[in-house]
Amino acid sequence: MLSDAQKQKLSEIKAQVKSSQVWTSIFRHDFSDTPRTRLDRIFKNVWLHLHPVRIPRITARLTHTFCLGGLTFFFFIVLTVTGVLLMFYYRPTVEAAYNDMKDLEFAVTLGMFLRNLHRWSAHLMVFFVIGHMARVFLTASYKPPREFNWVVGVILLTLTLILSFSGYLLPWDQLAIWAITVGTNMAAATPLMGAEGPFTIVSVDNDARFITLGGHFVGQATLLRFYVLHCIALPLAASAFMIVHFWRVNKDGFAVPS
Amino acid sequence: MAEPAAPRPAESGTTPASGLAAFEQKVTRRKFIVNVGWGIIAAFGAGFAGVLNRYLFPNVLYEPVSQFKAGKPSDYPTPNSVSDKWLREYRTWIVRDAHGIYAVWARCTHLGCTPRWFSNEHRFRCPCHGSNYDIKADVIAGPAPRPMNRCKIWLDDEGVINVDKAVLLSTTNDTTRLKPPYYLQVS
Repeated sequence: MLSDAQKQKLSEIKAQVKSSQVWTSIFRHDFSDTPRTRLDRIFKNVWLHLHPVRIPRITARLTHTFCLGGLTFFFFIVLTVTGVLLMFYYRPTVEAAYNDMKDLEFAVTLGMFLRNLHRWSAHLMVFFVIGHMARVFLTASYKPPREFNWVVGVILLTLTLILSFSGYLLPWDQLAIWAITVGTNMAAATPLMGAEGPFTIVSVDNDARFITLGGHFVGQATLLRFYVLHCIALPLAASAFMIVHFWRVNKDGFAVPS
Repeated sequence: MAEPAAPRPAESGTTPASGLAAFEQKVTRRKFIVNVGWGIIAAFGAGFAGVLNRYLFPNVLYEPVSQFKAGKPSDYPTPNSVSDKWLREYRTWIVRDAHGIYAVWARCTHLGCTPRWFSNEHRFRCPCHGSNYDIKADVIAGPAPRPMNRCKIWLDDEGVINVDKAVLLSTTNDTTRLKPPYYLQVS
């Protein structure tokens, strides 16, 4: 236990830190438990300002939302952090990709853990995003005035699935190559834009499959395309839509059961 | 953008406002210039979006050539046998039947995987969704909608088999597929 003198010293240091310019320039409010401060904590924090400052009591219950949207976002954060770390050891080339993946599994310290964390988080994100959608549907939270946010949510669901699909190719093993072969051949059956689809207006040299693969079969061009989509384009797009999604939750208010 | 100076309605006497003058009365100069400005920006944006879309379609492909030489007909002496010799490099089987030789592109017509030839079962089987084909590359089981493609095949002046995978035929019609350029008669 600390002696009284030590406790005295500690509270002096605390007071000094909290009155320093560094502290007061970062935190523009105090931490006393008043309604005013509670609002300030949300309003004046860049990370929290998208969050509603007040919510109906009933919506704070776990069984109202099961925190499915929050868990989806949590796994997106986990995937971003582990994904960035995996990128340090992964080269998206036909020669290197499979070996780099194997190195991550067997030669890199913590590599297997981070790769598995990324993989399981990806599965869980897809699981929770679908669960979130089902919950929003079953509690009728998609109805006006929240119908626009449902649309944003459908876009986010699609982006999540495409993120999952594009990440599937990156290990560059047999499962990856043939899964993407099958998936992109389905794109060839798209109406109008697929060479083998109904009412097609394109050929195998310029259809939806060709633009996805960057060629006629799964090869180097495809690997690079999927890598850039998976690591940069799709996460950026998903982040943009997530900002809108969370902002609209704030602005449209929570659905309260009548 | 430069407009010719339109005669004012007042100058043309009692006649009703001409088309251009009526337009000038309806749309102010400020609004007109603003709209032209946005119009230029929109046109540029649309054009750039179009070219950007085109950018995503590669002009040069680093893919293997579609045409290859597959040795002499005497390299395939056994009737009713399938040769895997060119499978890895060119994704094509050379099949010898009773009377001749044909080339089959090793791409399942269901969703594009590469089937395998099982000589003991005398059939091609696709590992992805279980389509089966007989030695003629006709579907005998599974979800495949069409027979596998046969490639153009011919003998050059030196008596060497040439195969072109860019010219394909998928049919069950024997009168079509058992004659040139998809079939090489072996006497």
